[in-house]
Amino acid sequence: MNYSQPLELSHVTAWLDEVLRGAMPEFWALLIEYVLIGVVLLTLYAVLALILIYAERKITAFFQSRLGPNRVGKWGIVQSVADMVKILIKEIIYVKKVDKVLFYVAPFFMIVASMLTFGAIPFGQGLQVVDFNIGVFYVLAVSSLGIIGVLLAGWSSNNKYSMVGAMRSGAQFVSYELSAGLALMTMVVLSGTMQLSEIVESQRYCWNLFNGHISAVIAFVIYLISGHAETNRGPFDLPEAESELIAGYHTEYSGLQFGFFYLAEYLNMFIIAAIATTVFLGGWMPIQVKGWDTFNQIMWYIPSYLWFFAKAAVLVFISLWVRWSFPRLRIDQLLNLEWKYLLPINLVNIFVMVLLVLSGLTLTGLFPNVFGN
Amino acid sequence: METIKKLILEKLPEAVIEDKQPLCVSVEPKQVHLLMETLYNNPEYNFDVLLKVIGMDWGEKLGVIYFLTGSKDLFAKEIVVKTATADRENPLLYSLTDLYETALLNEREIYAMFGIRFINNPDMRKFFLNEDWIGYPLRKDYDGAPALNPMKVESKEIQDVTRRLTEVDGKIQEERIDIFEVDDYIINIGPQHPSTHGVMHFRTALDGEIIKKIDVHSGYIHRGIEKLSENLGYHQILHFTDRLDYLSANINRHCLCMCIEKAAEIEVPERAQYIRTILDELTRIESHLLGWAAQCNDLGATTAFVYGMREREMILHIFEKVCGGRLIMNQNVIGGVMFDIYPEFQKEVKEFIPYMREKLIEYDRFFSHNVIALGRMIGIGVLKQEDAVSYAITGPAGRASGWSCDVRKHKAYSLYDQVEFKEVIRKEGDSYARYLNRLDEIAESLHIIEQLIDNIPEGSFQTKTKPIIRIPEGEYYQSVEAGRGVFSVFIDSRGDKTPYRLKFRSPSMSLVSAMPLICKGEKLADFIGIGGSMDYVIPDIDR
Repeated sequence: MNYSQPLELSHVTAWLDEVLRGAMPEFWALLIEYVLIGVVLLTLYAVLALILIYAERKITAFFQSRLGPNRVGKWGIVQSVADMVKILIKEIIYVKKVDKVLFYVAPFFMIVASMLTFGAIPFGQGLQVVDFNIGVFYVLAVSSLGIIGVLLAGWSSNNKYSMVGAMRSGAQFVSYELSAGLALMTMVVLSGTMQLSEIVESQRYCWNLFNGHISAVIAFVIYLISGHAETNRGPFDLPEAESELIAGYHTEYSGLQFGFFYLAEYLNMFIIAAIATTVFLGGWMPIQVKGWDTFNQIMWYIPSYLWFFAKAAVLVFISLWVRWSFPRLRIDQLLNLEWKYLLPINLVNIFVMVLLVLSGLTLTGLFPNVFGN
Repeated sequence: METIKKLILEKLPEAVIEDKQPLCVSVEPKQVHLLMETLYNNPEYNFDVLLKVIGMDWGEKLGVIYFLTGSKDLFAKEIVVKTATADRENPLLYSLTDLYETALLNEREIYAMFGIRFINNPDMRKFFLNEDWIGYPLRKDYDGAPALNPMKVESKEIQDVTRRLTEVDGKIQEERIDIFEVDDYIINIGPQHPSTHGVMHFRTALDGEIIKKIDVHSGYIHRGIEKLSENLGYHQILHFTDRLDYLSANINRHCLCMCIEKAAEIEVPERAQYIRTILDELTRIESHLLGWAAQCNDLGATTAFVYGMREREMILHIFEKVCGGRLIMNQNVIGGVMFDIYPEFQKEVKEFIPYMREKLIEYDRFFSHNVIALGRMIGIGVLKQEDAVSYAITGPAGRASGWSCDVRKHKAYSLYDQVEFKEVIRKEGDSYARYLNRLDEIAESLHIIEQLIDNIPEGSFQTKTKPIIRIPEGEYYQSVEAGRGVFSVFIDSRGDKTPYRLKFRSPSMSLVSAMPLICKGEKLADFIGIGGSMDYVIPDIDR
């Protein structure tokens, strides 16, 4: 069944491709497209960060019975733009006695790691830069590069607070990477593929979260917890625990370099939400019910990227909610949680999922007429 | 007291006993330790609380005044012990650190301010002042010329070396002791740190994340208030008290006012007593709210912090309407209060009481049972009762260790003997007990206010006093229950219009002095959490 999708951006991209290929040889057309994609991604990256920062400040303010930014523009909308301009023109302070090379390289690791992940995320129908057949694996691998930036920053700053922060971060990241990975693997077992586009496609009538019921819900919760921990946000923000470590690994950074860390933190939050959306909540796929063609058509009128961002926004909101409600864990409690609880649960969970899939006890297996593709 | 007198004379026949209130015993330096040991082990009433250690310069002699009482029933019996040495070049006294842990920091302070060194004190460095400070500020012959101690701009390495004096066969020996081991990983928490609640400096040796040892440095905002007071009239000294523990500003000032009123025999009108007590309790609520908020913030719960500040704002608003000040109120004056209450005062306070009760339930739901919060507080930073007594830790922290130490109960002042309230005591002694104590005390304070607010009598709110007050010769003590524990004032008057010596007891100093003990072996993150649960205020330490 083909539905009309008047607002899809893929129309634009297809048209552009056609025009370029018609006007010049394939090599040049592709080159221009690559550059364009790069520019669009970078812009999206910056704009998303600005929106997220504004949203966090505003939502936090409401949690804390404050008003939040309300001076620059209506409801303070332009506040984060103003902040960005400020951070761009701020002086980068050259700290003596730091390991120069590593100190300046560290922020780039952070930013590059989250940039690379962006390439593989399907933002909407046809809005995915690279559709690897090992997409999940790629995303996991690339997003863990960020920890190198944190460790380098902590080590090269020549500051004991930074050092403690970086060491904590190392321990935390390595531990929770396991959980995040295993939770995603559970879903790979369910989908039978690592390709993100196929994972989305397979959730047309039934989100993975419901399809794998018990097992999937456990994996979802574990993924959210470990994703939270990976992004160093409260209650897992020990590496930069401001009440004990000032600002942790980025204490010595200023200006744009600090901006990079700041940006990467927000984007990582989004990336975790985006991956969770794609793998558990049907990605950009609109809500559809088999046989209800009119309903499905209405749903398709809402473009796929909006679906994607809306689902991700809900997850981001949950992340904020948790952050502003809980106090901070201690490092040993944090590691206990991972190694003594999450990891064993995860290992059992993946086994249960295998049994579910093999014995056909998933929703699509049980009711293929209702939920099957 | 007669039995105690007899006991003292039995042990030390040459002791000079003055029969006044409290009983005053003067002994030679060599005998102080023996006397203290006798009093400490007195079977009938253990004098195991060294509440105040006051350095004195009597002109000819330099010495120390010790103010002792017992933990079993605080202030039931009090003894003042005095000792002095005539040697002004190299004054030496004997340390009491083996009996009372609280003596450690106090003796170090006296070394800095009077130059008296204490034999057997394990850490004889100057507290508050740098080792190379020239002169001893609280001595009467101190030369305060700026040229002697110029402001230095170059930074200086901290020397982690201390000295200890010991007496072997009548000879004084001095040994150097390294505070840290050679390969300790030392991290400076403070003086510029978001969670030390002021300019406090803890040099901390870490083993991974675990705290091995803490060395306390202070004095970054020392203002020499006690020295300044010696040259000012009594009316002028008052405003200093608000700037000690700024969160208990009104209570501190109340204490000094009462001490002066008692000494100069000034009658305070009933209405002023009511206003003072109500404002004291509001101050306590405000202080505990901030303590609660800051503790939550130290544990990483910023939202709880904002909630605490939100309710505190309402109290500050009432304060502002009463006297124009929010934090530093300057409301108490000798003989009463500066301003009468405004017409809607009672109405607004009465509105605040149910509102605050509701909010206490909200705090309880939001934070007190949060699983992470419990993990960060229960069993962390345990302070045993005997340690609380030895370090003279009073206030919510002392009561969390099972020590009944509320001055309002044990030595009621103002209107506290006329109101009914519960002294909140818990036995656990951990961060969580201190946390809950603070919230429960807010409820008790609300209860006290409730009993007073409708009964404020008509009449004048201030007794007119002379612009210059002279206090008759003598020594005067007054203690009150401030937000963080026993705050007390000691005035030694020579009949002048200025005090000869004025000493404030700082409850926060006791709290900080116990930090090395209760934080040892805890994680770095918990050090901050414990600090938050102790809730010390730095300007109170750096007087």
